Amino acid sequence: MAKLLTRRSVLTGLGYGAIIGGTAGLIFSPSFHDMVLSTGERLAYRSHRLIGRDALAPEFTEADLSPDFRTNGNTMPKSDDYQRHMDTGFADWKLKIDGLVAAPMEFSLAALKAMPARTQITRHDCVEGWSAIGKWTGAPLAALLSQVALLPSARFLVLHCADDFGGDAYYESIDLVDAFHPQTLLAYTMNDQPLSVGHGAPLRLRVERQLGYKQAKYVMRIEATATLAGTGLGKGGYWEDQIGYDWYAGI
Amino acid sequence: MSTTEPIDAPMNATPAGGDVVERHRLSTRLWHWTNVVTLVIMLMSGLMIFNAHPRLYWGKYGANPDYAWLQIGATQANTGFLRIGSLTVETTGILGRWTDSNGQVRNRAFPWWATIPQGYNLASARRWHLTFAWVFAVGIGVYLIRSLWNRHLQRDLLPSAEEVKPSHVWTDIKHHAKLQFPTGEAARHYNVLQKFAYLLVLIILIPGMILTGFTMSPSLNASTPWLLDLFGGRQSARSLHFIFACGIVLFILVHLLMVVLAGPINEIRSMITGRYRLPKEKK
Ligand code: HEM
Repeated sequence: MAKLLTRRSVLTGLGYGAIIGGTAGLIFSPSFHDMVLSTGERLAYRSHRLIGRDALAPEFTEADLSPDFRTNGNTMPKSDDYQRHMDTGFADWKLKIDGLVAAPMEFSLAALKAMPARTQITRHDCVEGWSAIGKWTGAPLAALLSQVALLPSARFLVLHCADDFGGDAYYESIDLVDAFHPQTLLAYTMNDQPLSVGHGAPLRLRVERQLGYKQAKYVMRIEATATLAGTGLGKGGYWEDQIGYDWYAGI
Repeated sequence: MSTTEPIDAPMNATPAGGDVVERHRLSTRLWHWTNVVTLVIMLMSGLMIFNAHPRLYWGKYGANPDYAWLQIGATQANTGFLRIGSLTVETTGILGRWTDSNGQVRNRAFPWWATIPQGYNLASARRWHLTFAWVFAVGIGVYLIRSLWNRHLQRDLLPSAEEVKPSHVWTDIKHHAKLQFPTGEAARHYNVLQKFAYLLVLIILIPGMILTGFTMSPSLNASTPWLLDLFGGRQSARSLHFIFACGIVLFILVHLLMVVLAGPINEIRSMITGRYRLPKEKK
């Protein structure tokens, strides 16, 4: 008769018990979400930067364009200021770049359009799961950054937007790898038309290797910062702060 | 640890029904149970992520204005439905429209009892999913390498030339249909249908889940664009991700049924302690 309850099987059983008990304890602890469940984001951010720091997002052809590119988030900023800009065709609208820069500057829409432009047909992926392909023209963010000259202490760019949710203005942020990436644009044209209000007129960010909520619309101001701690609740973006979306949205 | 010799039969003797043999290596057992926990988390958090946009498409793009080949939703008349192509099934109470644990009626695709977390929360579901995805992917990666290394894959899982002959497979199908399970020495090895099922899961479905998952990442699309070509675009990859997951669920149902039919205590004990009592030959 074989001994089914050997010393080893008892030890193995205790081992499994410890693993299961430990896991259960973790799951019900309040810091579980913050600590353990942000592991995926941290590992994704590090590994993606390691294997494809400068890789270009796939670009498509005119034949691949979505027949109907849906809007999302806010589609009509409510502020009086924005309404006034809309009425005057954004003629005296200005993008401000400040924060940790040597030379803070303001750019009119005409000045941005006079800069060397880049056009790209790329896929926009919403965190919810849908994708739409659109054609974007805009000024590469890197060109603007070289004009304002980032200080060495700058680590992030925070984009402040004209739209708001219940009075809280939208904001997003990216790191400098994405900021200087050649496909990162401040786009003013979509599918060969001036950017519509629904899609972020007069200017929206295209940061092609991340999800839709990073593609800030109605961009008014770009602030170079050393940390994200001083922005909003400190997680780097409106949805990151409000409902806990990951700051790194490359997956 | 990895010996397959029977424990109390003398060396070299052929074990017979009733003997206890070492059946599963420690690496197999560790992977198996880690994978069970991980897979449950992946499936349930995945259903919550699906709930954020319960429509599937083929091709490079796909959003609300485009044709969805699969959709789960609720009608104006307050019924839940599942639509695949032009076939629509009413699913009120289970899919599309159901009552949550507080008695509230919800118009959502998958019901609260099938998702992590139970109330709608895409951010939290993504954190569960994208964190445990690492456990899932590293687990199967290490396991497959280990199984190649110790020849578990070649010796125990890969069917022999003899076993893949149609006549052998057919005999095995007949035995399964009659619920006749191998006994004695023959029960020391997986039968051929079992090998097919395990290989399907280990080589096709689980790696397929991981690769289609990678293909949905806009960042990995930049660094590994060939994945998009392999699966036919991001929305096709999303559809295939869902189809592979259905394949895994189907496998689990059959797998659990077989464990129960083959004698659940002996079977599950073998996957925990490694030791298995060979079923007795029929007198
Ligand atoms: C609670 C649920 C489960 C139970 C009770 C269970 C039980 C078992 C048992 C008893 C065996 C050994 C069969 C034998 O010795 O003939 C086995 C093997 C196996 N199971 Fe499961 N299983 C479960 C869930 C899963 C899941 C979710 C998967 C993956 C999708 C899975 C994949 C496998 C594989 C691939 C093997 C073969 C392992 C090898 O030899 O490499 N099982 N399972």
